[in-house]
Amino acid sequence: MLIGINVAKLREGKPSEYLTRFLFGGIVTVLATLIARHYGPILGGLFMAFPGIFAPGLSMTETHAIERKAAAGANGILFARAEASVEAAGASIGALGMAAFALVLWKFLPTHTLTLALTLAGAAWLAVSVLFWWLRKRI
Amino acid sequence: MHGSMPDLIARFLIGGSVVILFSILGDVFKPKSLGGIFAAAPTIALASISLTAHQQGNAYVSLEARSMIAGALAFFLYACVVSFILMRYRPRSLVAAGALSPIWFAVAFTLWALLLRK
Repeated sequence: MLIGINVAKLREGKPSEYLTRFLFGGIVTVLATLIARHYGPILGGLFMAFPGIFAPGLSMTETHAIERKAAAGANGILFARAEASVEAAGASIGALGMAAFALVLWKFLPTHTLTLALTLAGAAWLAVSVLFWWLRKRI
Repeated sequence: MHGSMPDLIARFLIGGSVVILFSILGDVFKPKSLGGIFAAAPTIALASISLTAHQQGNAYVSLEARSMIAGALAFFLYACVVSFILMRYRPRSLVAAGALSPIWFAVAFTLWALLLRK
């Protein structure tokens, strides 16, 4: 399948859904900070990879797919849950990219500037994620 | 100061904004499996690293990042299981992801206990 951008998908998102994502994102970031503050960076660092917005994101994907099918006059519940499954598979690949992001930060931060370490870590996340996604498509 | 009220409010606003940005990217990219990688983007880290490094120093963030590797590997396993269960049994995705979330805690804390804790 070709890679592309579908801007029309943004019209499926409701303001309440964006607000939910914003709230979840903000709350998870604050909780990760508080855990690191109370228990130290070694335990707190685990929560920098906490999947706090994963479940609501999948649920929104499922809801949007059901609504698309309903607009076409079909019952799309099973299709929608398969679509959520595909998104979860993509997230598993993104998690490998996240591990690469963290590995680069861990190794580079003590000896390099934050800007350089973050730039390299971001590039590592994108490169590893896209590489594994491509490999999975080919297998 | 790390963890003071203004600091937490700033992190809340930045965290929420970063999540919105990455969720928009995840929504518009196709196919869906490619958009899915944005569901596991390092949003919390991106939202908080600059503030934490400014307040606590790079060495502190480096320690957090080492533990984040364990959290990310736990996320990988958790997302794999959620994907399989959704495809095989087709439950509601919110129920599946919520009910299976103990996998993340179990894997992350096992790695922490075995490899990270001193």
